[in-house]
Amino acid sequence: MDDVELRELVPAVLSVLVRRGADFATAEDAVQEALIRALSAWEDDAPSDPEGWLIAVSWRAFIDMARSDAARRDREVRFGGDPPAGVAPCADDTLRLYFLCAHPDLTQSSAVALTLRAVGGLSTRQIAQAYLVPESTMAQRVSRAKRTVGRAGLDRPGDVRTVMRVLYLVFNEGYSGDVDLAAEAIRLARQLATLVDDPEVAGLLALMLLHHARRRSRTRAGGGIVPLAEQDRSLWDTGLIAEGVATLQAALAQDRRGEYQAQAAIAALHADASRFEDTDWVQILEWYDELLRFADTPIIRLNRAVAVGEADGAPAGLAALADVDQNIPRRDAVAAHLHERNGDLELAARLYASAARSAPNLAERDHQTRQAARLNQLLRHHR
Amino acid sequence: MAKYLLLKHYRGGPAPVNEVPMDQWTPDEFEAHVQFMHDFAARLERTGEFVDGQALSPDGVWVRYDGEGRPPVTDGPFAETKDLIAGWYVIDVDSYERAIELAGELSAAPGAGGDPIHEWLEVRPFLAAPPTVIE
Repeated sequence: MDDVELRELVPAVLSVLVRRGADFATAEDAVQEALIRALSAWEDDAPSDPEGWLIAVSWRAFIDMARSDAARRDREVRFGGDPPAGVAPCADDTLRLYFLCAHPDLTQSSAVALTLRAVGGLSTRQIAQAYLVPESTMAQRVSRAKRTVGRAGLDRPGDVRTVMRVLYLVFNEGYSGDVDLAAEAIRLARQLATLVDDPEVAGLLALMLLHHARRRSRTRAGGGIVPLAEQDRSLWDTGLIAEGVATLQAALAQDRRGEYQAQAAIAALHADASRFEDTDWVQILEWYDELLRFADTPIIRLNRAVAVGEADGAPAGLAALADVDQNIPRRDAVAAHLHERNGDLELAARLYASAARSAPNLAERDHQTRQAARLNQLLRHHR
Repeated sequence: MAKYLLLKHYRGGPAPVNEVPMDQWTPDEFEAHVQFMHDFAARLERTGEFVDGQALSPDGVWVRYDGEGRPPVTDGPFAETKDLIAGWYVIDVDSYERAIELAGELSAAPGAGGDPIHEWLEVRPFLAAPPTVIE
């Protein structure tokens, strides 16, 4: 049993402890303790019932923690040493755990941290490495999050929307350190999809799979960005694409559409084109219009302008861009691209340089600088 | 060991020798620069002297307290700010001489024409924790 398979068991084990009466914060620490023990104890020989093992060891760890806490506060412990029998893992409890970790009282960063630990089973150190913050900072974030949900309780837990937003945030963070956050988000979305029958959850999973399928083609060796039009499509993971498309089709068949399904549909249409020139931009544009009905945001309008430019030509794209808020990130980059396609290379070069100045990350900044340099070189040759 | 900050400025230092804006370089010259920076960071990690490296966006604002119960005052961004920090390396090295040597190497990053930029970098020692033995 590897680390990921072990972590698959975490939410069920934790929800059993909570249902037996353990408080969430201590139970979560106890499960982490059991995970550490499992990693060394199972190295040679995994138990025949890993979940049962984890429940028993977590429960004992919980009792130890509760006792020492009680001794510190001079109180009696209400729980006995032997795990009460008869409480089996249950999907509803596991789902409630997801909701609790994405509780609306939590800040986004706290909900992310708590979800990765309590549902994902990652250690505080792993989460800290992935988000490039000191381990003590992440430990504080997790324990504050636990206090917040402890106070708020389950009277007003989050719902599946807040959980999806948290998983999407994790997915978008990409990866650094030894934990692949995108893969982790997919794993959790898969698990969520088994717990709840909601086509938007399936849509989110499909969206993640379809984007993940293109990952190897998106960056160059040094970390530079490769735009969609230049990606080597033979590097796309056809297995993930097939799974994403099938997941999406099953969701769409339920006829309860939403923004994640619409975004997944756009990703599926890109994945479907074996060459960039074969992209069905007319259908993509229809999905953008549908997406706007669910979520009318400047980012979606910006991406829609790109699709308009491809479907109806650069002038139409520029007209669509005119409606987009001036101050959103990447607007200059899109304007530069459309002006280049429209033949105004000097304006495009200036806009690429401006896009580089306002880029939100280094890879993007380098990419836009490269674009500006490319056009300026062309312009020098033509003079 | 002592820690030093190698500070890179968008503006504010003396003019470099090879001063051509990046978007006026050829794409190949730009690639060579990116590769150099990548290699420099990788080499610092290999020698055990790397602590941190970050780049900053040129956009920023000034903020100050404006009294009890009032939101902070913000000012800027100022297009004409004289001194604008672009990013930094934090290094942990054996000596001041080593810090100067590394800053010199970083300043040789290639720019237009593939020639070194000769960019001025600011080297600032950290104020460290006091040593155990002080008498």
